[in-house]
Amino acid sequence: MPEISRDEVAHLAVLARIDLDDAELDHLAPQLSVILESVASISGVAGDDVPPTSHPMPLTNVFRDDVVVPGLTAEQALAGAPASEQQRFSVPRILGDEQ
Amino acid sequence: MSDVLVPWDDVLAAYDPALGLEVHVELNTNTKMFCGCPAVYGGEPNTQVCPTCLGLPGAMPVVNGKAIESAIRIGLALNCEIAEWCRFARKNYFYPDMPKNFQTSQYDEPICFEGWMDVEVDGENFRVEIERAHMEEDTGKSLHVGGATGRIHGADYSLVDYNRAGIPLIEIVTKPIMGAGEKAPAVARAYVSQLRDLILALGVSEARMDQGNLRADVNLSLAPKGSGGLGTRTETKNVNSFRSVERAVRYEMQRHAAVLNAGEAIFQETRHWHEDTGVTTSGRAKSDADDYRYFPEPDLVPVAPSREWVDELRGTLPENPVERRARLQADWGYTDLEMRDVVASGVLVPIEETVAAGASPQAARKWWSSELARRANDAGVDVVDLGVSPAQVAAVQALVDAKTINDKLARQVFDGLLAGEGTPEEIVAARGLAVVSDDGALGAAVDVAIAANPDVADKIRDGKVAAAGALIGAVMKEMKGQADAGRVRELILEKLS
Repeated sequence: MPEISRDEVAHLAVLARIDLDDAELDHLAPQLSVILESVASISGVAGDDVPPTSHPMPLTNVFRDDVVVPGLTAEQALAGAPASEQQRFSVPRILGDEQ
Repeated sequence: MSDVLVPWDDVLAAYDPALGLEVHVELNTNTKMFCGCPAVYGGEPNTQVCPTCLGLPGAMPVVNGKAIESAIRIGLALNCEIAEWCRFARKNYFYPDMPKNFQTSQYDEPICFEGWMDVEVDGENFRVEIERAHMEEDTGKSLHVGGATGRIHGADYSLVDYNRAGIPLIEIVTKPIMGAGEKAPAVARAYVSQLRDLILALGVSEARMDQGNLRADVNLSLAPKGSGGLGTRTETKNVNSFRSVERAVRYEMQRHAAVLNAGEAIFQETRHWHEDTGVTTSGRAKSDADDYRYFPEPDLVPVAPSREWVDELRGTLPENPVERRARLQADWGYTDLEMRDVVASGVLVPIEETVAAGASPQAARKWWSSELARRANDAGVDVVDLGVSPAQVAAVQALVDAKTINDKLARQVFDGLLAGEGTPEEIVAARGLAVVSDDGALGAAVDVAIAANPDVADKIRDGKVAAAGALIGAVMKEMKGQADAGRVRELILEKLS
């Protein structure tokens, strides 16, 4: 398992909209590498006869009937929102000036 | 980059276009893809939401079986293979229209793949290869506040309604369509229009482009003529009518050619279509930001449709579009040319529904292919979005058949329908449009016309019956079009025999 580079961490930070300065990158990149290496040790356990899986349960086709069930009221839905207006979630400006 | 376009013929002389179409179809299931919230339009904001579609911590999605069924039926109708085993994937991105910070979609394991659809263009079948059709969920709707235009650019903040978030979508992606040449815009339009007909026949979506139930993204690239290669493509979003699909392809071909002729490179980017001005503008550059870090959705188990189920669903398919067009043409007695016009103007389904509502096939064609198609063109919308329903057209024709109105007056009834003045019957009454067939009133007008045109009257007396047309015209003019032309003719011939 290759370790994650400082550049890759910087790229992920951009994708995640997290501002990281140089000092933080220096600090976090090695830590992420350690985490990845730890997880990668699992590959050492799995032999060629074990197919990769995304789910621990040997289940398929778990479907729901197409029947409406009551959800939340708008008041309940918005109760945890930091800000709302016109019964909608208010979110900060989406595009920055450079976009 | 200026928007000077290369003349159409010059584009074709120098370049071969490659088209790609991505169509999103919003399914008409009762509930959302992964939760039991209603999947209907028009609710008050945030009243059709629950912890799952709001992405609240701990909420678990469960797949809507009906949506899987619809996806398989769409795939089968498009002659696709149906995966024996496939998974959902998380498409990670940070954007407030998806509160989970990812969209549940499918990545490298689409439920349907490797299909095709034959579309009719100018009376010939053109085979469009389908790459895949996969399942995903719709996003919320944002309202941008502040700034001059109500658009995302320059907005101070945005307001989000999640009623639409989680509504099942099927994304249908074509392989690059090569070799269409000058017909590329028409092929693109025909594909989207005939795909819509197929979706309607399947009954899996309302498929209204103006409502966003069916949305098209147009990929286009140019390669030097005869090179057989693929150039850099642009993806034009927000193309929401058949007409716009055709215009957007043509525009991008002319724009690409201008960029390439200037020795510059096409930038791989998303572009936005502007219905009002008929141009595309640059959106977002495809870049590192498009790293969606797909991975299999751990909260959903794989979908493995049994072959028995797939076969059972195959039995529920409507007839294929080519056979259907042939059958309807035979049933309706249309000539090849008439049928070609009907298909090209996208009015096959409205005509079918109008005939089902009682109008004759010829009458239905007359209204949809000429009168209503012309009005739609003038208004810059697709004829199906004009606002006149097949039932209304049949009702108007019933009034014509009953000789309450004639075709000319029927056009005024359509004016009234488009202005929202009520039913055809109400409009005829309110506007005083009924045809006069009362012999007293008609006879008087006929006498006036004969007196004013003695030479024409003499010809008719001499047996030249064809001359009666001139007198009928005079009577119609006198009666402002509201005369029963057949009865007028009879009266003229009686009086001059």
